[in-house]
Formats: sequence, C-alpha cells, structure tokens
Amino acid sequence: MAILELQGITKTFGGIKALDDVAIEVKENTLLGIIGPNGSGKTTLVNTVSGFIKPDQGKVLFRGKETTGFPPYRVANMGIGRTFQMVKPFSHLPAFKNLIVPLSSRRVRSQAGGGYGDKDAIALDVLEEVGFERDSSVPYKTASVLPHGYLKRLELARLMAMKADLYILDELFSGLSIAEVTSIIPIIQKILKEGKTVIMVEHRLKELFRIADKVIVLNFGKKIKEGLPKEIMEDEEVRRAYLGVEV
Amino acid sequence: MKEHARRERIDRGIKARSDDVYALLSYREMLYLIFPRVVPVVGLAILAYFLPLYWKKVVIQACIFAMLSISWDFLSSCGMLSLGQALFFGIGSYIAGSLNHFFNIPVFLTIPIATLVGGLFSTILLLPVIRLRGIYFAMVTLILPLMLMRMIEATKILGGTEGITSLSPLPNIWVEIVLSMGGMWFVLFSLRRFISSDYGLIFVSIRDNDRAAMASGINIYSFKAQALFIGSSVCAFCGAFLTHAYMFTGMPVFALDYSILPIAASAIGGIGTLAGSLVGALILVPLSEYLREFSTLRIVFYGLILVICVVALPEGIFHYASRKYTQIERWVKVE
Repeated sequence: MAILELQGITKTFGGIKALDDVAIEVKENTLLGIIGPNGSGKTTLVNTVSGFIKPDQGKVLFRGKETTGFPPYRVANMGIGRTFQMVKPFSHLPAFKNLIVPLSSRRVRSQAGGGYGDKDAIALDVLEEVGFERDSSVPYKTASVLPHGYLKRLELARLMAMKADLYILDELFSGLSIAEVTSIIPIIQKILKEGKTVIMVEHRLKELFRIADKVIVLNFGKKIKEGLPKEIMEDEEVRRAYLGVEV
Repeated sequence: MKEHARRERIDRGIKARSDDVYALLSYREMLYLIFPRVVPVVGLAILAYFLPLYWKKVVIQACIFAMLSISWDFLSSCGMLSLGQALFFGIGSYIAGSLNHFFNIPVFLTIPIATLVGGLFSTILLLPVIRLRGIYFAMVTLILPLMLMRMIEATKILGGTEGITSLSPLPNIWVEIVLSMGGMWFVLFSLRRFISSDYGLIFVSIRDNDRAAMASGINIYSFKAQALFIGSSVCAFCGAFLTHAYMFTGMPVFALDYSILPIAASAIGGIGTLAGSLVGALILVPLSEYLREFSTLRIVFYGLILVICVVALPEGIFHYASRKYTQIERWVKVE
C-alpha cells in the first residue's frame, strides 16, 4: 500500500500555477526523488504535504487517511517529518536542546507512554547518529554558531528525534561539500533500512540517482516524468527541461 | 610595526561547571552562584526598610514596573511582541476595582481573582489574533487598551471618566512592600527557571523559529496562549495591586506609560534575560522620580539618559554585568 498519495494537487499563487494537477504515489520503505528546474514547484509540493500550504484542489492521503488542510503540527504528529531548504534551527538553543522540541511533541510522548524520560540523553544519542561527535563540544554549542553542514544534519536529526515515518528532505544536500554529502548518504540508507520512507527533493542529481528507487520530474508545476533513475537520466524531455531547447 | 591585539574571553571554571550541573564542590563555588542572587534581594529589602515613606512608595512602584517589564520580556522571549502591557494591567485593575466597589469583596480576594480572571480574559481577548506575528501582533495589542479606554468613556460604564474611587486600601505600607517586592522576586525567579526548563524551551523555540517548531509537531498556538496567560496574569496582578494601593481605578490605567516604560526598561536592562528587565525598571522608575526636581525639563533629561544607555551599552546592563562576572577577559597578541 502507498504510504503517501497525492491526488490532483493544484495550487496557484496569484495566477501562476505552482502545482498543476500533480498526482504522486509513494510506496512504503522506498526512496523517492523529486527533481526539477528552479521554480518548478518542488518546495510548494513539500509545503503542501507538510501542511504549510493548503492546496486549491486535490487531496493528500497519508496511510489512506486524508490530511488535506491539517495544520503542520498535526501532520507532523501523524509521522510526516520535513526539513527546510533554508535551515531553520532554534538558533538561541544549544544543538542538543534543539531536539528537545521534537522530543516534546505529542507523537513522541504518546509513543513513550506519556513519560518524558531523560530527553537530554536521547537528544545526544540522536545527534551522535547524524555525526555530532558526542565527546566534542559540538552538541553543546549554540545552534547559531554551528557551521552549515552541522545545521543540515541537525535538520535531519530533528526528524529522527520525532520518530517520523516519512522523511521529506527538501534539498538536504544543497551547500554541502562532496565529502559531507558522502557522509550523510549512509545515514539516509540506515533510515531506509529501519523501514522508513524517504522523499528527497534535490538538485544534486548524481548523488540522488545513486540512492533513489524512483524519480519524479516536475516542470512548471506539472509532473512530466516518472521512472527509475536510469530511465530519467536518459529521457529526452527531462534533458530539455533542464538544459533548455536548442534553437 | 604596530602590534595588534584582540580581546579573548574565557568562561570562569566555576561558570562552565555551573551552567547545567549544580556546583556544590566548595563553599567558594556555592557563594559564586548565590552571591548575585542574594545581594539584590537582601539589599533592596534593607533599602526599602530605611527609606522615607515617599521613597518607599517609589520602591513599590519600581517593583510593579519591574514585573510589567519581566512580563514583557517573557512574552517577547516566546515570540510575542507586545506593545500593550497596559491592556493586561488595566483589565486587572478594573476587575479588582469593580469587585471591590460593586460587590464589596475584600482586598485579599480581589487581587488573586483579578490576577487569574484578568489573565484569562486577556488571553481570550487576544486569542483571535494569536496567529499574527511580530509587528502585526504588536499593533493589535497597542490599539486594544486605547479602544477599551474610549469604550469606557463613551458608555460611562464602570465609573466612566471619573473612575471608581475610595476602594479598600491595603492594610499598611509594609504589606504593600512585601506584596510588591515578594511578587517581583517570585515572578523573576520562577519565570527564569520555567523558561530554562525543557517545557520552557519550547516557548523560546517558537520565537526562534515558529515554522520549525510546527514541523516538529508542536501546536504553537496552544503554547502561545499559555505564554499569554502567564504574561498577562503577572500584569493583571500589578494592576490589581496598584488599584488598591492608590484606592482608585479609572481610564488612566490604560495609559501608554504602562506599555512603553516596560519596553524601555527591558531595552536598557538587556532583553531576553528577564533579570535585565528588572534591573532596567529599578533604575528607570526612581530616576524618573528624582528628575521631578527639573519639572518641565524632566522628560528631556530622562530621554537623554535613555539614549546614552542604549548607545553606550546596546546589549543592556545585565548582559554586560553577567559577562564581566562569568568570564575572564585578557588581551592576546595577534601576529
């Protein structure tokens, strides 16, 4: 069964169709890549699924239940976690205290049987998984002074702390070096191994095609292609969308 | 060649240990922690004891304004920029005054009732705009007390322009001092502890980034309403207290002073620490009384001092002082 289903999603911003009748089905425990040129509606799609934008038309179904129009925190508590393209840490808090926020969500509390437990210890465990060295001072530093690479990892850690079932990663790799990307890929593969589902919106096609099970191409708010990474790479229409048409 | 140097700041060993873990290693370290808390509490109490009656009243007023400032700082720490402390203050004042005047409820009941009901009423009043952020929320809080003021003027309810006079006073000056000063310290220490707890962190996270907080499964509107209740209850207490201290409530309780002075106090004391707001209020209120000698020029000197404070110490007095207290500074040569 599909974990996430989008049916005919349409969203216009002042006459511009950001999304035009988009239908997507995401199978459980797979990695779906979403690519497309700038302004093709990728982030609008993420915002629609995570409840930050209400679509004009269409339905979002998560595990068969409709979530269209739910506020973001309700969507999050159902198990849909999303990162932000522009990193959004809680900049006044130390890195590990950033995770206290998702650890206080209704979802985590109900799974832990109502009790809070030692949240600091859990937060440090999660941070270690995404590559914050436990014995260094990094997890204790204020988020505003952390380098970009760590902030991206912190975004990922936020979803892990929330125990999300569906990870929506909005350009997680943007602004990262090849070495940093190579070190994050195993974390994503581990998430998949735990039975979770991942949607990646990416511009770093090479890295994405290496790990994706399926890729969807958006252009001008329309889904123009869907298929295996290999098929997408060789597709003429996709090339044209990315590189433009020769005159 | 000119030698270059830069200032290096190092946390004192004790500070580094005491940030999270209680430092109970030696009397020296315990003293280091207790000293900055006990000295102001005891010092202010002794000061209030020996001051003449007029200045005792000033201390009481300073404590009340300190609470308003702490409340403003608390709300801003939770991402709600309020320009209307007068709204919460006035609501508390009118509730206490009306209960006392129309229903003959004694003082020791009107103040607690006004605190809770005032907080609840203010929260409900602002609930429809809780989704607004930043300056939009501020505009609503600024306009509401002015609207309430004109409504009372136009409809002549609750005493109209005359206000409600000859309310029951508080028993004596000592009760006033204990209630205002005790209330102030209670509000400061409990809110400081609250905001650094795991539950309080969520409020700060909403200010830092409300979208990320929502994406983390936090119902930010419920948390904002809770913060609003806490903040406005504190102000409502101040309103109820001053109503009985002055034995009067009327339209002036919605005056802009009660909204603006707390912000000025927080700005010169240091925003975001709660303690800074208290320091600011304890400086500004007596200063404003002292400047009465200059009659019309009072506001000029007052404004001048404000400007000097903000320009010379933009981080605020408390941030500056706590940095000096917890860090060692030294000059290091730079090649």
